[in-house]
Amino acid sequence: MKRQASEISRKYKKKNQFVDVMVRISKNKMAVLGLIIVIIMVLTAIFADVIADYDDVAIKQNMAIRLQKPSAEHWFGTDEMGRDIFARIVHGTRISLYVGAISVGISLLFGGFLGAVAGYYGGKIDNGIMRVLDVFLAIPAMLLATAIVTALGSSMINLLLAVGIASVPGFARVTRASVLTVRDQEFIEAARAIGAKDSTIILTHILPNCLAPLIVQCTLRIGKAIVFTASLSFIGLGIKQPTPEWGAMLSGSREFIRDNPHMVLFPGLAIMLIVLALNVLGDGLRDALDPKLK
Amino acid sequence: MREGKILLEVKDLKKYFSTPKGMLHAVDGISFSIKEGETLGIVGESGCGKSTTGRVILRLLEATEGEIFFDGKDIRALSKHEMRNMRKEMQIIFQDPFSSLDPRKTVSEIIAEPLKINKMIRNKEERLNRVLELMEIVGLAERLINAYPHELDGGRRQRIGIARALASNPKFIVCDEPVSALDVSIQAQILNLMDELQEKLGLTYIFITHDLSVVNHFADNIAVMYLGKLVEKAPTEELFESPLHPYTQALLSAIPVPNLRNKKERILLRGEIGSPVNPEPICRFANRCPMAKEICRSCEAELREIKPGHFVACHLVEMSEQQKMEVR
Amino acid sequence: MGEKKARRMKTPKVSKNCKPLTAEELREISDKYAVYIKDLHVAFDTQDGCVKAVNGVNMQIEKGKTLGLVGETGAGKTTTGLAMLNLIQSPPGQITAGQIVVNGQDVLHASLKELENFRGKDVSMIFQDPMTSLNPVLTVGDQIAEVISYHENCTAKEAEEKAKEILELVGIPGFRDKDYPHQFSGGMKQRVVIAIALACSPSVLIADEPTTALDVTIQAQVLEMMRELKQKLNTAMIMITHDLGIVAETCDEVSVIYAGRIVEHGTLVDIFEHTRHPYTEGLFNSLPDVTNRTAKLKPIRGLMPDPSNLPEGCAFCPRCNYAMEICKTKKPQKIYDSDTHYVECHLYSCGRQIGDGGEMDA
Repeated sequence: MKRQASEISRKYKKKNQFVDVMVRISKNKMAVLGLIIVIIMVLTAIFADVIADYDDVAIKQNMAIRLQKPSAEHWFGTDEMGRDIFARIVHGTRISLYVGAISVGISLLFGGFLGAVAGYYGGKIDNGIMRVLDVFLAIPAMLLATAIVTALGSSMINLLLAVGIASVPGFARVTRASVLTVRDQEFIEAARAIGAKDSTIILTHILPNCLAPLIVQCTLRIGKAIVFTASLSFIGLGIKQPTPEWGAMLSGSREFIRDNPHMVLFPGLAIMLIVLALNVLGDGLRDALDPKLK
Repeated sequence: MREGKILLEVKDLKKYFSTPKGMLHAVDGISFSIKEGETLGIVGESGCGKSTTGRVILRLLEATEGEIFFDGKDIRALSKHEMRNMRKEMQIIFQDPFSSLDPRKTVSEIIAEPLKINKMIRNKEERLNRVLELMEIVGLAERLINAYPHELDGGRRQRIGIARALASNPKFIVCDEPVSALDVSIQAQILNLMDELQEKLGLTYIFITHDLSVVNHFADNIAVMYLGKLVEKAPTEELFESPLHPYTQALLSAIPVPNLRNKKERILLRGEIGSPVNPEPICRFANRCPMAKEICRSCEAELREIKPGHFVACHLVEMSEQQKMEVR
Repeated sequence: MGEKKARRMKTPKVSKNCKPLTAEELREISDKYAVYIKDLHVAFDTQDGCVKAVNGVNMQIEKGKTLGLVGETGAGKTTTGLAMLNLIQSPPGQITAGQIVVNGQDVLHASLKELENFRGKDVSMIFQDPMTSLNPVLTVGDQIAEVISYHENCTAKEAEEKAKEILELVGIPGFRDKDYPHQFSGGMKQRVVIAIALACSPSVLIADEPTTALDVTIQAQVLEMMRELKQKLNTAMIMITHDLGIVAETCDEVSVIYAGRIVEHGTLVDIFEHTRHPYTEGLFNSLPDVTNRTAKLKPIRGLMPDPSNLPEGCAFCPRCNYAMEICKTKKPQKIYDSDTHYVECHLYSCGRQIGDGGEMDA
């Protein structure tokens, strides 16, 4: 009796590419360290409420214990309003990662789409899209973000939009470059020879092969987005007090830096750590995903 | 001559590319026809336009001028949608077994794709069955069904390419140097496979190659191209026994023979292959031809039937045939 | 290369199994042979295991003669060629055993400085792909002059003049020395590569598939040119190729290599007219017969063995039509058919030979 085809297919399972990549990353010590830090941060963000109560510790002002140095009770000390800095850093993780991930997601979607279309069709379409994006690139990101937030108001959504739009040209460029290399490969011609439509080709053949540089770009951009958000908050445009955002915390500590350096140290360290971890992870991913290094 | 209807007919096909230096005449007015079940070998060196011809016939590149009739239909007149339908009947096997397969897809996904795209088999289970069937036909072990191309060697990858080309039950396949990138012992395996498939499935092939010894074995008729033009066209045996065009003669004599006995006089061509950009209306082979005369450097030669079924584009061959006729 | 940088680069590491040769031995060898390789083993330490690329290769080439090293992808031919210049990337590669003497130089025990003087002057290598062998940002004349000025004591002007001469020698007009590689066609680029290789009149030339990437008519021109130059300069040559036709035209002797071992060696007549090894026979049978076009091709079944997982016994056994029980477990030894011809195959120790009724005889 003829064996079921799906039985045969299940018997010889697909090699799991994700596992493959993980194995390769594990050989790069720095990347593993970066990955661990990122995972710790993500877990901190998810379980922030469990670690430190939001309203009570992070927000509620208590002038009696203001400006205390780090101690057993307050690991990172307290700020000028008497709020526990450790708790604020913990909750700040949630906000930073949230903004970082979503804004990069927005850029990836729009930038990726524009870049793929520009790269695949070339010619006038390519020119048109890239020149429009060049205009956006020509405007300093800060100014652009300022303009958007000022015009639309400073809500969370507008902040996400501002940070997201700033990264769109970068993603579009990376996607376009990848698409250009993949587009001229023979298997794309083969897909056309079978009768596939352009949209099918872009979605099923080109984009999956451009994933590697895009994934790397994402990890790097999240770091940038976090710094950008912090910068915006620093100049007063981003997250408003009393929400514990790292950049805002830095900004608020400016006056107290001489006598209470711990107020600046910990938010600064947090930002530095996450960006470093993401960068190192991004590097490691790039090496792990590079087929030539197999 | 084999009986049978003509499956593919190409008339005065031209493909020009516009480059900063001028108009590149990649394919410059070629005509031929192929009967069902036959193999036409298109032979020539790099830059002669053979690969471009294959792609233009399949409309992977749009011809600049000329007519292409497949199974009696003018395929240049088909709409984009109709052409996509037509693609089921005409497929291509590529030269490079490395870049012609999507590295992110498994063997079964690659082979099943034509079936999916043309909505030929909607049921997933049936599709898998067909994939296994095709894998068996081309000689791929069933355990490779979920393997990725980079895990396999050149010979196996080329079999995947062949299975993919066969998936939609085509009548006609353009084979663009299908064995050039493979080792000698693997080449023989793949050629035998393609031979069997032609017999079993009644396929018609265009076999594009620069390797004359391979095409000798495989093709019924051979067309020799040089700088975009057809310089000689004849049944295979006839071409090898009595090549008439000086280029064909040089090409045949240039092949290193793995034999210590048949030592022949080698015709060495001088100079380099000319440029296909803005070519002058003279014989394009004249600058390298050991027998070139004044007339060759002043006007082009037309492709003429010198003997039954044997076409040559050369002034000197024409003239000597005329002389022979006069003597009679 | 600056002195500091040279000091930083270590001398290529060579395994302790490679014993250095005495001066006496060296002289004896170099009197007779331009190239002498004994029991060469090269292995690569990779993620997927230890890849045994070369497993005991022996080679002796007299001065001025040409040896054809024939084999398919993965047989170890290029690795052997690179080992002769001690150019194996280390890590991950290592020469684990053997002796190599080229033009009187004990290659494996030479210092870096000695090797640098040796490469390009005593022995040169031509690689397969002319597109990537040339530096795209230097003129052709500069690249040839670079080799000359490194090895010979002459002024820049003299080197330039000599470069022009060599260009003429390979059939390229001298005034083109100011052109860049991209301005030449494939065939001409390969000629430039050959010019660079022959610039200092080396005694040994290693040509790794020099014409594979070229069109057939250009190939004929280049091979003809190489033949003339070789005669003029009395250069010994190793022609690494998979094309038996090229071997028939250019070589004096032939070594057939499979899975890192020479399975058959002999003169042209020995190999072409008195083929002994089943693999060699298989190679000839895989070629389309020009005289009988309708005959079916007889390919060798199966694939080259994985060099990180070589079978016990004869490496060709799984694909051999004449395989016997002993082939699976014991590696065959060299058996001499004549003074010039040897083969590694169990058939010949049993009084059998190829063509006596293996599976595939029709």
